[in-house]
This record gives sequence, C-alpha cells and structure tokens, in this order.
Amino acid sequence: MVRPTRVTNDIRRLRFEHTEMTQAELADKVGVTRQTIIAIEQGRYSPTLEMAFQIALAFGVPLEHVFQYPDKE
Amino acid sequence: MLYIERNVMSFEKKNTWIYGLTAVLSAAAYFAIAGSQIPTTPVTQIDYIVPMIAAIAGSIVLSILAIIAVSIAAPSEADKRDERDRLVNRRGDQVGLYVMSVLAIVPLGLAFAEAEHFWIANSLYLAFVVTAVVSSLVKITTYRRGF
Repeated sequence: MVRPTRVTNDIRRLRFEHTEMTQAELADKVGVTRQTIIAIEQGRYSPTLEMAFQIALAFGVPLEHVFQYPDKE
Repeated sequence: MLYIERNVMSFEKKNTWIYGLTAVLSAAAYFAIAGSQIPTTPVTQIDYIVPMIAAIAGSIVLSILAIIAVSIAAPSEADKRDERDRLVNRRGDQVGLYVMSVLAIVPLGLAFAEAEHFWIANSLYLAFVVTAVVSSLVKITTYRRGF
C-alpha cells in the first residue's frame, strides 16, 4: 500500500521504551481513539500539529523525537 | 506482545457501515415492493408513498437500534470521536454533497417535464440513497487507506 503521508514516526518504539505503553493508554493520554493511534503508527494518518505535540508531551520528548520528515525528494 | 493490539473498528467507522447498510437494505426493500408493480400497474395507481415513508423511517429506526447494539457491545468506545473521525466525516459528506447536487438534476428535470409524481419522488429518493452509499463508501475507504 502506498503511504498517504511522508511523515514518519517512532511512536511504536517510544511506547515500548515507556514501560510498554499500550496503544489504548497512549490514546487515553492524548484524548483520541485507539484506531487513530494505530493509523498514525502505520503512516495512514498524519495528525494535526496540535495532536502531534500532545503525543510528544505524552512521552515527554521534543516533537522531532516522535515525528520525522525526509529532507530529500 | 502487549504493545501491538488488535485493530478493531472505531465507533465512528461502525456507524458509517450502519448508515450505509441500512440505507441500502431499506431502499432494496422499498424498490422491491414499489418497483415490482411497475410492469403491471399504471404508476398513477401505485401506492408508493406509504412504503417510501416506511422505508425511510425503517432505515432511521434500524440504524438507531444498530448503534445502540454497538454501544452496548463496546461501551468504552461508544460515542468516542476525534479529529481523524471528523476529517473522514467531512470528506465523505463533501463528496456526498457533490453527488446529491448532480443527481438532483434528474427529479428537477422530471418536474420541468411535468412527469408523474411517482417518478419525481422515486428519483429523488434514489438520489438520497445513492448519496448515502457513496458518502459511506468514501468514509470507509478513507478510514482504510488513510490520508
């Protein structure tokens, strides 16, 4: 499947590093549905800037530690 | 492993399926009843109003019951929606609006041509059904493929 967004993320790794946080726990912290967290992890949804910051806050890391964007075409 | 969970449908995606399916089921029942009379009965004598109202009301009641059943089955997910759900809904509704705008030309044309009320009402109802189905399909596809 072609990824609809070029934004990549390390949410899965960060969840694992944060006491194996479940997708449901992260969803509750951010205030979204678990399916949205799954969609973001799989690169099927690019969150708004506000939600991206909320996810970074949930892990206590800067935004760029969670989301990356390739600098080459 | 704990940190990868099963991907079940969100409450909003289930609602989208319910909305689309109930529209199709009620329309199929209605057109089976009203449409089957067309070859044998003049359209002016076909009693289509009561079956059409019943189909529309039935569709609403059926979808409400299905949503209640879905809410009872997974109470923790019930009525949960977020920015992604709202964007998916907006996209589906936008496409639905385009479809309805185009399909509305048919009953309008029939009215201009002074066609029987039967054809005007039925083409309008069909336009609503097609709009509901297309809108639901766009939402389901958007949920699946992402954006």
